[in-house]
Amino acid sequence: MTTFDVVAEGLGKRYGPTRALDTFHLAVPAGTVYGLLGPNGAGKTTAVRILTTLLRFDSGTASVAGYDVLRQPDEVRARIGLTGQYAAVDETLSGRQNLELFGRLFRLGRGAARRRADELLERFGLSEAANRSAGEYSGGMRRRLDLAASLIRTPRVLFLDEPTTGLDPRSRNQVWDLVRGLVTDGTTVLLTTQYLEEADQLANRISVIDAGRVVAEGTPDELKSMTGGDRIEVVVRDPAALTRAAGVVAPICGVEPAVDPEIRRLSVPVADRVAGLVDVVRALDDAGIAVEDIGLRRATLDEAFLYLTGHRPDETGEPVGAGRKAGVA
Amino acid sequence: MTTAITDGWTMTRRNMLHVVRAPEELILYFSLPIMFVLVFGYVFGSGMQVAGGGNYREFLLPGVFVMTMLYGLGATATGVALDLSRGVVDRFRSMPMARSALMTGRSAADLLRALLEMSTLLVCGLLVGWQWRLGVGKALLAVGLLLLLRVAITWVGIYLALLVRNPDTVGVIVFPAAFPLTAISNVFVSPELMPSVIGAISEWNPLSATVAAIRELFGNPGLGGDSWPAEHAMLLAVLWPVLLIAIFAPLAVRRYRRLSR
Repeated sequence: MTTFDVVAEGLGKRYGPTRALDTFHLAVPAGTVYGLLGPNGAGKTTAVRILTTLLRFDSGTASVAGYDVLRQPDEVRARIGLTGQYAAVDETLSGRQNLELFGRLFRLGRGAARRRADELLERFGLSEAANRSAGEYSGGMRRRLDLAASLIRTPRVLFLDEPTTGLDPRSRNQVWDLVRGLVTDGTTVLLTTQYLEEADQLANRISVIDAGRVVAEGTPDELKSMTGGDRIEVVVRDPAALTRAAGVVAPICGVEPAVDPEIRRLSVPVADRVAGLVDVVRALDDAGIAVEDIGLRRATLDEAFLYLTGHRPDETGEPVGAGRKAGVA
Repeated sequence: MTTAITDGWTMTRRNMLHVVRAPEELILYFSLPIMFVLVFGYVFGSGMQVAGGGNYREFLLPGVFVMTMLYGLGATATGVALDLSRGVVDRFRSMPMARSALMTGRSAADLLRALLEMSTLLVCGLLVGWQWRLGVGKALLAVGLLLLLRVAITWVGIYLALLVRNPDTVGVIVFPAAFPLTAISNVFVSPELMPSVIGAISEWNPLSATVAAIRELFGNPGLGGDSWPAEHAMLLAVLWPVLLIAIFAPLAVRRYRRLSR
């Protein structure tokens, strides 16, 4: 039987007339990485703040590591780690002093706090900078220190609220590696992100949230297949032949292809990837259309996201035409 | 209860480490009262009168002590606001530590800091010819009143920070608010020598109560007039801070709880 380390049922949170969360459901299996994916303002941070006991909610229930968030907040706090979007460390203190401080507040004795600080500094590659003020650290170092502070007493559930926002690709990869290592050691991770690649790389399951509600839930592959799965993409040599090519491909796939004249490309969803590809190649050849490139492409999470929420992950703007709301999965 | 004390002490040590690691802030707070001693004591001082007679610098120093306690408001409020703005308070609140420790630790650390400031200022005072004339016991009592005032000011500062949140705004508010409080008081000038309305406000100013009380305890000149607040300075020097604590500590605690709304 699967145990769930984070469970939310029908969570609601209002700020005046705005519903930050609206009947929000979540079930995170123990020992997995779970991604909360959504545009800015979708309610990701609100959900994390509620689950980490920082914020009260108006309706529903929530439990973390088996304890009720509302009634047993101290039990919850003893079992979680939190790393937010903004590195929550003391910028005046050195890296070591920060970790010792948090260690003491986690009820470690003085010696134990010092040893744990040294261990974590070593593991997170901060030993050399241990005595410098955290305020002088680079963004990546600060984020690593923040992460280290969340791990003083190896948490059962680690909440990562946009852990790599603002980091360069190298630092981002370091954080990803650290997260993978933690999961191997048995920690459950709830990750919020607006980077689809991050969710794709790390998460076993994903909930896509928009306007405070879960609009889809599943593995990254399941979400991608919601957009119609695989596509055939064809680049023709002569721009003038593009419309004719679309006319040839449409009856085979049963759908009118999307055409992008600028890069002379058409793109069309296909049910049976191999047979579809063979048929399209043959038909284009028969029609005498010169093809520069042809290939099968699996849908990206970006497309899934656009399809599910109606807008791109990094913007809060108005929905674009192609999108449609999916029901709660 | 014991966790509240250990966590409170851990947070106190954290705030004291700030002073050790970033002493420039403390130096800034020291330089202000010393500047006032020099400017008022030596530049304006020759033109200053003390009601009832006496040396102006000896009159001035107790006022500067109280002023230093008041300017601690800036240190407290910016410190708390910085914590709030940097998200480090969220980290504390997500940990299994005593909820009270953030505020008790701040309050205790600011008290220790005030003790440090007071010792330095007493030495500076002795250097410019100020002295306590009625023995060590009464002098210590005077220091006790100063620290009591500082505790009251700490709670006002914590509340202010929780109310305003933005550390830059806090800094902008504190000094313009603090200066008139010292100007319309008996810190620099005897209220008897002021226009009557302003003089009355000055006498009822909570700062004036502490200043008058410690002038009396140190045996310094300028024990002003025969008005009610002037005659009951000692009582008011205890009542005012206790009243401020009774108002602002619960307000601050309520604001702190409301962070989870």
